[in-house]
Amino acid sequence: MTDASISQISLSQRLTANSRRFFRWLTKPQVLLSLLLVIIMFYMVIIPLYKLLSTTVTWQIVDVSRIEGAVEGEFTLYHWKRMTTGIFGKIYTLEPLTHSFTIAIGTVFLAMFIGGALAWLVVRTDMPRRNLINQLAVLPYIMPSWTLAQAWLVIFKNRTQGGAPGLFEYIVGQSPPDWLSYGPVPIIICVALHYYTFFYLFVSAALMSIDSNLEEAGELMGADRWRILRKITLPLVLPAMLSGFIMVFSKALGTFGTPNILGSPVRYYVLSTMMRGSLAAGDKADAFVLGIILILFSIVTISLNQRLIGTRRSYETIGGRGFVATPSKLRSWKKIIFVIVVAFQLAVLIIPLGLLTYDTFLLRSGDFSFDNLTLQNWIGEANPDYNDGQPGVLRNPRIWKTAWNSIRLALLTALFSGILGVLLGYSIVKGRGTRLSKMVEQMAYLPYVIPGIALGAVYIAMFSKPLGPIPSLYGTFALLVVVSIADKLPYSSRSGVSAMMQVGHELEEAAEIAGANVWQRFKQIIFPLTTAGFVSGFLLTFITVMRELSLIILLVTRDTQVLASQTMWYIENNLDQMANIVILILILITVTGNLIIGRFRGGSLQKGLVGR
Amino acid sequence: MDTTIRIKKLTKKFGKVVALNGVSLVIEPGAFLTLLGPSGCGKTTLLRCVAGLEDPDGGEIYIGNQLVFSYEKGISLPPSQRELGLVFQNYALWPHMKVDKNITFALEIQKMPKEEMNKRVKEALKEVQMEGYEDRYPREMSGGQQQRIALARMLAYRPKVFLMDEPLSNLDARLRMDMRSEIKRLHHVAGATTIYVTHDQVEALTMSTTIAVMKEGVIQQFDTPDKIYHFPGNLFVADFIGNPKVNLLKGLINGKDTVDLGSFKITAETFGATGNVVIGIRPEDIAISTQSSPGAVEFNAYSILPSGADTTIIARRGDMELNIRVMGISEIKMDEKVWLSFNPQTLNLYNKESGNLITS
Repeated sequence: MTDASISQISLSQRLTANSRRFFRWLTKPQVLLSLLLVIIMFYMVIIPLYKLLSTTVTWQIVDVSRIEGAVEGEFTLYHWKRMTTGIFGKIYTLEPLTHSFTIAIGTVFLAMFIGGALAWLVVRTDMPRRNLINQLAVLPYIMPSWTLAQAWLVIFKNRTQGGAPGLFEYIVGQSPPDWLSYGPVPIIICVALHYYTFFYLFVSAALMSIDSNLEEAGELMGADRWRILRKITLPLVLPAMLSGFIMVFSKALGTFGTPNILGSPVRYYVLSTMMRGSLAAGDKADAFVLGIILILFSIVTISLNQRLIGTRRSYETIGGRGFVATPSKLRSWKKIIFVIVVAFQLAVLIIPLGLLTYDTFLLRSGDFSFDNLTLQNWIGEANPDYNDGQPGVLRNPRIWKTAWNSIRLALLTALFSGILGVLLGYSIVKGRGTRLSKMVEQMAYLPYVIPGIALGAVYIAMFSKPLGPIPSLYGTFALLVVVSIADKLPYSSRSGVSAMMQVGHELEEAAEIAGANVWQRFKQIIFPLTTAGFVSGFLLTFITVMRELSLIILLVTRDTQVLASQTMWYIENNLDQMANIVILILILITVTGNLIIGRFRGGSLQKGLVGR
Repeated sequence: MDTTIRIKKLTKKFGKVVALNGVSLVIEPGAFLTLLGPSGCGKTTLLRCVAGLEDPDGGEIYIGNQLVFSYEKGISLPPSQRELGLVFQNYALWPHMKVDKNITFALEIQKMPKEEMNKRVKEALKEVQMEGYEDRYPREMSGGQQQRIALARMLAYRPKVFLMDEPLSNLDARLRMDMRSEIKRLHHVAGATTIYVTHDQVEALTMSTTIAVMKEGVIQQFDTPDKIYHFPGNLFVADFIGNPKVNLLKGLINGKDTVDLGSFKITAETFGATGNVVIGIRPEDIAISTQSSPGAVEFNAYSILPSGADTTIIARRGDMELNIRVMGISEIKMDEKVWLSFNPQTLNLYNKESGNLITS
């Protein structure tokens, strides 16, 4: 049929052939990009983790003067022993750990109930105004997580901690009990009301992908509605529930703002607040021990999740086609449930925001009468009689710088994360099935297990000294950008992958055959086709960075202060009303940004969150 | 211009799966070669290796005198330097570009002058009968129209070699018929060497000058459509080609030119072979009658399936079942007695062990 002989070649020719093949492999765009990303992520994630660990097992400079025989930089298990044994271990580690767990577990169950129920009502029933409810359900996520904590204090603040009383006492005339004002109960409620959005989005996406035929089949066989919900619907959304569970659990475990506002005043410390305390006291190594403990627990939770659901990326969307679902009829319950849902939205969104706003107009905190209204907190000149002589927030030039820092940080992070996301998506999807692609995907996933506050701690450890070609970044704005990008890596990579999945590989191959080089392919084919995904990811990053606190609270300095950390500064100096003004400014900027960015190319926050 | 494509001992693995197992082929200039086989047989992989979208794990590919791939020498030209055009199964039209941009994309990269480009767009659209569609986005056109634009995009930059990866599989039956003749026509006019991948035997038989039937990464038969249909080289090809399916009957060679099929004997050219064989008979090569005649074998008409132009009759005798195809509408009724006769010239004998065609 054909002359199938292949010419014989010598050893040196074979060597040339091998090096040519290697070079060709290396210059494949996905390979080159993957290698580049691996190096970047190695600097952003792996080295910091190593530094975190190594700091906890070496003597620090502060130890030298305190402890006999301590030599700076030498190996020691002192910090671990100190933090895990004896009375010290109990107060500094065990108690905060217990508290963190209490809050995480309480939060998860409350959020799961609220988010799951709301999702079912919106997706699966004939409840009126479902679109409106759907829009409102995502709003709490836009607000900083500790907004509700501040609103809580406006109502339930009691005088055991000194200062002015809250609205509750103003109306009832009696101080609310301590358990209602501070500690685990209000923390759990406030954190859950912030994070239920995750459950809501995951579960509603899963519910939307369930064919209602499955439920109708059960109905035809005579199962009642409760039974169908329990035996058919729930098992089908279980993976989505578990994804939400893990996400919310690890977030709640590391959350900082709310426990700092509602816990610290009564010495109810959690791991994150305790870490900050240790750092403030200069005990870096001790704080990092807590950071590692936090990471370990995150890893355990996530691997448990994988064991349970069986897939590694199970936190991702539950895929599937959309069906026209027949809504369940609520019949006589329709009105009652609608009223409950509306009342709930009022209670968690409108009332807190309204009260927070009202509070900012009070001249004397705690007096809610109309003749106490003033603009002093907003635009008043510095007056030693009010607010410790601080000028009104809008008159404070630092606030504008701070707001600009926030916007700049959010925009830069969103931009870099977006670009990084497309590149990650390209490398991972194009290289599917290769070890390199898997490695890139796993590295990008790694920050997911690191709670924000621990990641912040890691970055202090890493960038306080020059590292390789990178100068010492501590105290710089660039450091905030870098740590924010690192924190968002898992989300960037996820949205990049799902955007790339929608761009069939043939589209790029067609361009390759047409003679387009890598740059032309990216510029003319890949970037234009991933715009919608890019915008959704950009939006999500913008919002989350705007209100990010736990990640950067350890890293900000006077000059790099952002709005989120500025509120904490006011709160810790007992200037709650001014803190509330900053929160309102923060929400205003975020919502405006959301509206502006959302106008581009069909990007949407919900798309960004669910990743499809 | 020499556009002979020579493929030598091409091997490609995906992990442990061997997609191509030492494939060798020579495609003459101007030929229309169809790679035909069930899904997973390696036909698309072979096409993608020629295109340069996959790097094989062994072997060589020449286009004309140019060595475009050699594992042993470490050579692999990028797709753009192989001067070929590819039409994808799902068309791969860039959804964010209008028709004219889709067509001029490659030309712009070549920095072709604008007038020349416009001329090419007009010509290409005319060739696929899509004049006036320059300003449409792909999503604003039907599947068939998108298919034509995909062809126009390839034609516009005048590649030496056309590659087509199941281009018609996403179209409905009617459109597929139309496009078959269009593509055959385009090939005739352009005269470019063409490699066409399909799993549809009718497409392969109607359009190609040569067919390569593939299975599990190995070429089973490389021949003209006529030879492939009438003299399938082995049982796999015989079974894969033809609709209704070929009748395969197990038998034993008994004497010089007689095969014993158990309940009756049949006359066939045996080329001196002995032992167990499988006889392949095309359904249209069996004569059927309601009257007994010498040499005819009695069967029972088990089911009658008319389809207008022809009728398929399923006849049974014991546990033996045969498909018979007659032109037009048959008068035979179900459960009627029928007599079948076989023409020794149209029978193919296969070695039962190897499955290969027994020839002189």
